[in-house]
Formats: sequence, structure tokens, C-alpha cells
Amino acid sequence: MGKHVLVIEDEPNIVAAITFILRRDGWQVSSHASGSDAMQVIRDAAPDLLILDVMLPGRSGYDILRELRGDPATADLPVLMLTAKGQSRDRQMAEAFGASRFMSKPFSNTEVLASVRELVDT
Amino acid sequence: MSLPRSSLTGTRIRARRTVLGVAQAELARQVGVSPSYLNLIEHNRRGVGAALLDRLASALEVPVDTLREGAGTQLVETLREAAAAAPAHHPAPPEADRIEDFVGRFPGWADLIAAQQRRIGALERTVERLTDRMAHDPHLSAALHELLSVSASLRSTATILAEAREIDPGWQARFLGNIETDSLRLSEGAQALVGYLDAAEPAESGLAAPQEELEAWLADRGWHLPELEAAGFDAAGPEVDEMLAGHGELGSASAIALARAYLARARADAVALPLPRVLEALARVGPKPPDLAEVLGVGSDLPRLFRRLASLPDGVPGLPPRGLVICDGSGTLTFRRPLPGFGLPRFGGACPLWPLYQALAAPLRPVEQMVEMSGRPARRFVAYAVCEAQGGARFGAPAVLEATMLLLPASVETDATAPALPVGTSCRICPRAGCAARREPALVGGT
Repeated sequence: MGKHVLVIEDEPNIVAAITFILRRDGWQVSSHASGSDAMQVIRDAAPDLLILDVMLPGRSGYDILRELRGDPATADLPVLMLTAKGQSRDRQMAEAFGASRFMSKPFSNTEVLASVRELVDT
Repeated sequence: MSLPRSSLTGTRIRARRTVLGVAQAELARQVGVSPSYLNLIEHNRRGVGAALLDRLASALEVPVDTLREGAGTQLVETLREAAAAAPAHHPAPPEADRIEDFVGRFPGWADLIAAQQRRIGALERTVERLTDRMAHDPHLSAALHELLSVSASLRSTATILAEAREIDPGWQARFLGNIETDSLRLSEGAQALVGYLDAAEPAESGLAAPQEELEAWLADRGWHLPELEAAGFDAAGPEVDEMLAGHGELGSASAIALARAYLARARADAVALPLPRVLEALARVGPKPPDLAEVLGVGSDLPRLFRRLASLPDGVPGLPPRGLVICDGSGTLTFRRPLPGFGLPRFGGACPLWPLYQALAAPLRPVEQMVEMSGRPARRFVAYAVCEAQGGARFGAPAVLEATMLLLPASVETDATAPALPVGTSCRICPRAGCAARREPALVGGT
């Protein structure tokens, strides 16, 4: 049974593509599309890795990341942040809030795979 | 003839005398002063009275106006700004203490530098505005986010389809469908973006800020609009379009909007204080606002009186040159009618000591204050300022304040030597030392 990746992203087509790539690589993938109840979903799923979009309906990805880092149960969870604005300001913000890695859209599939493999010891 | 375009009378007298090859002692004898006194005058250490200036002008065979102070002040101020803008570690810093000298010896170069300084200022503001727009425009930001999102999805999906040798037909059908919807979104998004950028009016990219466009237009019209005095003028009617059409100065839509607001208010001022009544009052009591307010019965509406005085035609008997400055509650200058010798910052904050801001801090309490503007020579003015809440007082609504300051030459006071508050234009170019209100160091040494 592969390790569990949770994808929180509101673009269904991006979710479909990421899910396909990761499953083909042997990961177990689940997804969620909203920011407001994301914390509960993350706690319930207890994934090995979180892929988190910044611009989510209901609540920003930065906000969720900050809460994750403040909770001892999730403080060490590897988080791969996705954003559509690849500006240095966003990168700095993601790093300041404790993102494990930062990827700007549009990314390549190999980039996604490499990052996920690197963040989780398989 | 060539005279230095210096703002200083003494420098001009000396230059003209040198051109004519007249000895200082000879000129002193002709105009009836001692050579040592003339020497002090020529080095700008003594003022020149009107009668003496007349004698000097005729001895030097020039019209008296060419010797008078002030003609080149604007130029010198602009050059001072240019010097202040020089990088701190410039290998050979501009000789800011010799601006007068420079203007005198190289008037053409001085003009060119001043013009370039103005253009640099205008370009910097344009860049600032565009940067602002790129960073904060919500439409642009949302459009770009959409494009990048769709691109991410398209790229990822297309790679899967291109690389996968064996793919489940169900997944394949789903990805093909996704590509179709994404490509449609991408083209729509790109079109919307192009449309949005195209729609930005070409005039908006003009160099001047809208407020400057309005001020340039008013300056071109001598700050007086006779149309507004006509009995049937309608500030909302087609006559306004006619007034505003076809002026190079009023390029942008924002400037036109500002001009409309200006006209509506100026018209209301003209109706409340009709020209004949104001002229009659001026003839009776002179130009000082406290006296005028009394005989005109303006009550507490002093800003209206100030604005009205500033927009009267020049050349009215008894009416000295006027300056007018208006600011909003944030201290931002929203209107500037300059008065020679009283430097107004073109952008950025003004001198916090201006009576305008004293009035802003104490609404409804008019301020009358003699001020001395830094510079060579220091010039004195009487400032009248008052602050009012716009739209009256209402519960639960923020107070929208506006302060108005009228500037008159110190000569309207009988005692023009009374103690004066030292003020400046803006800290960057103000040489006053030990000022409690300074917010940044002056970049030009004291003069």
C-alpha cells in the first residue's frame, strides 16, 4: 500500500492530472476542493504529504499552512505549496510560513513527481 | 542683451554693469549711493528699494523688470531639486551652492537641466502608476491567475496523454474532455485579458497627473474663467463640454472629471459672491480676507471667499497676486495655484509647518499667519487658512475634512516686518536647520 498524498486544490482538472500521475507512481491519492473546512479534512486523512494550493475558496493556503505548523500533530507534515503567481513575494511568504517546498503553476509532471518523492521517504 | 536669469537682483545688476564695462564706483555715483553700499547690493546682502531700482535700471539701460527679483526663482528651485536628486555617492556632487552662478553663466544649459528634471519627475510618476497598477489591479491579477491555472492543467494533462503508452480508456476520455474545456477557457481568458489591456485609454498613459493637467489648463486661462460669471451658466449643461473640449492640457478622462468638479464648485462660488459685489468690497476695504468676510457677509464660509479671491481676474484694482492651496484630511494637496516665491511641491508632501496644516488640525478655527518662505531671498507672505468638514456633521460617518489656504504677499499688512513663521516647500529641498518638523534630511546644503 503506497503512501498517502492529500491534494487540496479547487481546479478539478489539475486535481485529475495530479491524481493520475501520482497513482501511476504508486501513491494513494485523495483530494479536497475547499479551504474553509480543509483543516478537518487534513486531520481526518492524516496524509504522509499535503499538496496545498494557495488560492482556495473559503480560506487561503497560507492561513491553513500557518495553522498546520502551529499544531504539534501536523507541524512536521511535508507540505508542497502550489501557486499561480510565481513571484518572489509569494515564495518568501510560503517559506516564512513553513512550506517544505514551493511550486508555481504551470508546473511539469516530472517536477511534481520529483518533489513528492523527495519530500516523503519511500 | 544677455542677462543672467538669476532670481537675485544684485547678481543681475552686477552682471549688467559688467556687460556695459561700467566701474562699480561710477555706477554708484550715477545712482547716488556709496560704492560700498552698491557692492553690498551686488552681492545680495542688501535689498533694493523701488526708487533706487528705477535709477539703477535707467543707468544700466534696461527695463526695471529685468532687474527685479523672482523671474528666475522657479528655474533655480527646479535646479535645486535636480541637485537634490543626484545620487548620494555621486563622484562629483553638483555645486548646489553655486546654482545662481551656473544659471547666470549658462542659461541655456540651466534651462535644459530644469526641463529634463521636470520630465524625469513626470516619467517617474508614470512608472510608479504603472507599477501600482500591475501590482494591485484586481482584474489583471485575477485574469493572470486564471491563465496560469488553466495552463497548469493543460500542460499536465497534455503531458499525460503524450507520454502514456497504456492508458485506461475511461481516463483517456476524461483527459481529452478536460483538454477541450481547458483550451476553451485559455482562449477566452487570453481574449479577455487583451480586451482589458486594450480598453485602457491611451490618454491615461499621459505623463502628467490629472491634477497637474487641471492646473495647467487653469494656468493657461489665467486662473479666471469669465464664462462662470454669466447669468445663465449651467455647471451641468452642454456649455461645460464646450469649455473642456479640445484642450491639450486636459488629456485624460480623470483630468476632465476633476475639471468638471472644479467648474461646479467655482460656479457656485461665483453665484454666492457675484463679481460686482466682490470688486466693490475690494475697493472699499482692500484684499485682506478678515475685512472682506465682514463686508461680504460670508459668515463661516471662508473657504469660498478664499477660492473666489484666487479665481478673480488679474489686474483688478487693489487685488495683489494670490496663491491658493487646498488639501484633504490626509494632508494631500488637491489644488495648487502657485504664487511666485512661495514654492509648492509638485508631488509628495509639503512643509508640515504651513498654516494649512495648522488649520487642518483645528477645524473651524481660521488661522492668519505671516510666513517666511525659505530661499534666497527669503520671501514673506500672509497665509489665511481654515478647515471645514465636507457634507456637514453626521452620526456614524467619518468626518471628511478639507483645509484651504490663501496666500497674499506680505505687503498687504501694514507692518510687513512683523515676526513671521519660517516655512519651506518640502523637506527634501528645504535648507532650514534645526526644524522640529523635518521628516527627512535636506539633500541640498544650506544656502
